[in-house]
Order: sequence, then structure tokens, then C-alpha cells
Amino acid sequence: MSAIPLLKVNDVSKFYGSRIGCRNVSFELYPGEVLAVVGESGSGKTTLLSCLSTRLMPTSGIVEYHMRDGQYRDLARMSEAERRFLMRTDWGFVHQNPADGLRMTVSAGANVGERLMAVGDRHYGNIRASASDWLRRVEIEEDRIDDQPRAFSGGMRQRLQIARNLVTSPRLVFMDEPTGGLDVSVQARLLDLLRGLVHDLGLAAIIVTHDLAVARLLSHRMMVMKDGAVIEQGLTDRVLDDPREPYTQLLVSSILQV
Amino acid sequence: MNDLAAYNFAYLDEQTKRMIRRAILKAIAIPGYQVPFASREMPMPYGWGTGGVQVTASILGPDDVLKVIDQGADDTTNAVSIRAFFQKVANVAVTTKTKEATIIQTRHRIPEEPLREGQTLVYQVPIPEPLRFLEPRETETRKMHALEEYGLMHVKLYEDIARNGHIATTYAYPVKVEDRYVMDPSPTPKFDNPKMHMSEALQLFGAGREKRIYAVPPYTQVVSLDFEDHPFEVQKFDKPCALCGAENVYLDEVVLDDKGGRMFVCSDTDHCEDRRAHGHAGALLARPTQESQEAAE
Repeated sequence: MSAIPLLKVNDVSKFYGSRIGCRNVSFELYPGEVLAVVGESGSGKTTLLSCLSTRLMPTSGIVEYHMRDGQYRDLARMSEAERRFLMRTDWGFVHQNPADGLRMTVSAGANVGERLMAVGDRHYGNIRASASDWLRRVEIEEDRIDDQPRAFSGGMRQRLQIARNLVTSPRLVFMDEPTGGLDVSVQARLLDLLRGLVHDLGLAAIIVTHDLAVARLLSHRMMVMKDGAVIEQGLTDRVLDDPREPYTQLLVSSILQV
Repeated sequence: MNDLAAYNFAYLDEQTKRMIRRAILKAIAIPGYQVPFASREMPMPYGWGTGGVQVTASILGPDDVLKVIDQGADDTTNAVSIRAFFQKVANVAVTTKTKEATIIQTRHRIPEEPLREGQTLVYQVPIPEPLRFLEPRETETRKMHALEEYGLMHVKLYEDIARNGHIATTYAYPVKVEDRYVMDPSPTPKFDNPKMHMSEALQLFGAGREKRIYAVPPYTQVVSLDFEDHPFEVQKFDKPCALCGAENVYLDEVVLDDKGGRMFVCSDTDHCEDRRAHGHAGALLARPTQESQEAAE
């Protein structure tokens, strides 16, 4: 891991009118680091993720990103063209519902190839080759390359969405409940895959989840949110094995033991 | 005076023409950009060329010579009725000869005869947005045009190749104008796309229902999108025109009988007639004397 943070978040708050989305969140994310944001529904996890990924403008606070040219840029001050370019090249966003992140009416190959074409790749053979390579890496049979995601199961759709995001070798991936709505065996397989990819590619990732098992398996560090504020953060193992805040203790003790 | 309602020259009132001319000027200034305009109701249904008719009405002057074609033909319903409309409301001279026309309103074809400086080609456009079937949100497609995010257009071409082995889009084939805007050339066959490139004539596009006008000024680059390993190609025909023997023109298939007989003839009727008048004959007219004798008998 490099000593220069990839993302610097300083005192970010988001208010919906008088209601609090999230408040006074500060942290730094380093290249190759996986950060999990956990907390119950309504605790501001998704709001925070939207503020970081420029899908929402924070009410106050600064989010800075370390660009490939070595400069830090304030995301709120970038032009929309730059932001959108960043989002489809250097970043990925994995939605909870794959239908939000995929084009359901075009083939799996085109879904994966879209980002390549968006950055100017104009060679059909090369685009198809990398699409087929990525399908293999996310364990989708290559003969499904011309099928539409409508014909895929939930787990396959989610894996396709991941391939689509990773094809431009992003450095930072945002994930909103990536395993939500999948049954446990599919979840396990997806987590295994994600862990491998994150490790092999040296991705930094911010994963929003309410599932502590997901956080335990994937993340190096975690933040616990309650009522819009971060109440505890630290190394994942430390937080889960030795929770300090009463709420975190409650959360950890609520995990069902089988 | 009679009590029939009177209308202005070329049907539209002067304020409306002014508004449309402004939109046209803006469209010419930004080649390929879709300019919104306050499309009027016309005395014909949407889909019959209300956009093209409004553009023509706004640029038509008393000295203009108008030609109207529909799928290349001067004598089909749409062409005949629009021509009659302008004869009635503007009393302008009309022609079927491409060379003589100053304004040509067209549906789905560009004449085979190369257009020259001073001529204006007015297209009737059903759906002006080339990204529409890929991205249904207008707010999003506008943003994509503004930010030049055209990767999605290639997704469509990719799908074509993945399904059919080649780019199977044959009409409304997307083009990039002057290296900036991606534009729908209206449902002309892609055979006509190369004619738009560096054309000497002014090309105006009117979409009445969708309320958009766009333009390609003379001598403007118009490049059809493609992949490096699947370059853009126009349709090719095995045989020449059955009536005039023309090659390298766009042909229509015409069924002759109920026994599978068919012929391929020029879709551009004026071009075909002109060639025949100059003594060219295709396979079906190879023995004109004998045939006319049979007809006389």
C-alpha cells in the first residue's frame, strides 16, 4: 500500500432539508484498501456513498481524489464532463440491483465492452476479446457472451455488473450492498470472486453493507454508522472482535449463529 | 372577397416562418446539433412529413422550383400530395427534374444526381435522436451530446456484429458531423450516407412531431460510424437497373407477377427516366421495338 491516500474525505455532511443524511464524516482511503461501511437501514450509508461517488452533492465538506496525474482534485469543483469521465474510467460503481447498473437489452459482451467503446476503442475484435476475457474472470461461460442479461440469474447479473465496471482497470470501486438479494451460496461465491479480484488488481473499494459477514470477508477497515454519523472505525477484525461502542456491540451480537 | 379563410404565402404565417428560420440558422451554425423549435400543426398527420413541410414553407420563395420525392419517387402519394400542397398555397413552380430544382424535399432518399451549390435538400425526419432506442431519457441524451459521450452508439453497432456477423443497420445509419455531433441522417438507406459528405448543397432536417431541426451546411464532413475491423460499407446490388441499366445506384425490388417474377429498378425515378431518355436500356427494355409492337397488337 502506498502512503498517499487515494481519497480524502473531510467533514462531509448531507442534509435533506432539515433531515440528516450523514454528518461530519472524515476519513482517508489508501490505494488497494477495502473499506466497509456498516450500519442499520437509514443510518446514512448509502447517502455517504452517493456523496463520495458524486451521485449527490454534499451539503458541506470536501471530497478530494488523487488523479492519475498525481494531483488532488476536489470532486465538487470538477466539471461534469470530467466527473463523468472519471466515473467511467477510473471508478466503478456496483449497484445492489444489477438492473440499475447494466443495460438489460444489449448482450453481455456489449455490456462489458461499453466502457471500452466510451473511451474510444474502435476495434471490434479487441473489444470482444477483452469482454470474453472478463466474462471468464467473473466465471460466466464464454458462450453466454451474446445473451442479454435478462436471460441471466441474479448471481450472474451481479458478476456481469462487476466485469462491466472492472474492464477499464479502475482504481476505486464503490459497491452498494453487492450481495443483497442473493442466496447464501451465491453470495459466498461472489464474495470469493470479489476478494480475489480486489487482491489481484490492487483495487481500492468502499463497500456499503448491512451484512457484517461481508465486511469481515472483504474489508481491511470498517466504519460503523448510526443516525448519519460515524460512531466507530478501525481495522475490521478489531471492530468485530472488540467492539467499543454500545451500538457496535449490539450490532455484532445480533449476528445469528448457526 | 369570399368568406373562405385566407392563408399566408406558403401556408405558415410570417411570425412562424421567422421562428423556424431562426432555428434553421442556429442549426446551420452548429452542424448536426438538434435545435428545438415550436413545431406547428400542419394540415397532414404526423409521420407524413410535417417537419419537412414546415422547413420547406419557411425557406420557400416565389422564384423557387420545388421537387418532392418519397423513397426516391416523384409520383408516390406523399410526394404528390406535398407537391400539390405547395402548388396550392405558394403557387411555386414544381418539377421532377433534380437538376432544375432549387429546393428538394425528400423522404428516405438522396437523389442520384449529385446536388450542386445553391440547392437545398429538406429531409423529413421521424425520430431525430440517434441515441433514442439506446437511451430513452431525453435529459440524458442531451447531456451525452453536450459531453460528446458517444460510446453507446458503438454499443449498437457492436450488437449488430455480435448478432449478424456484420453491421446490419441499413438505414438511419448514424454519422458524425464535422467531428463533433452524432446525427441520425433520417431513414435514408446507408447507401446515401457518402453523398452527405462534403455535399455542395445545403441539407436541412425537420422533425415535426419531435420538434427538432438540424442541418448539414455545404462542404461539411459527414462520416459514418464504424469499427476499424468492420469498416462502413454501402449496399451492393448484383444486377443493374432493369429499366435503365444503371449501376451503382440504389435499387427497389418490384414484384411483377404471382409466379415469383421480380425486377430491380432505380428507386430514383427521375434519374431512371433521364437515363432512358438518353437511350440507356436495361434488361427488361433490351428489345423495346418488339415489346412496343406486342403492346400495339
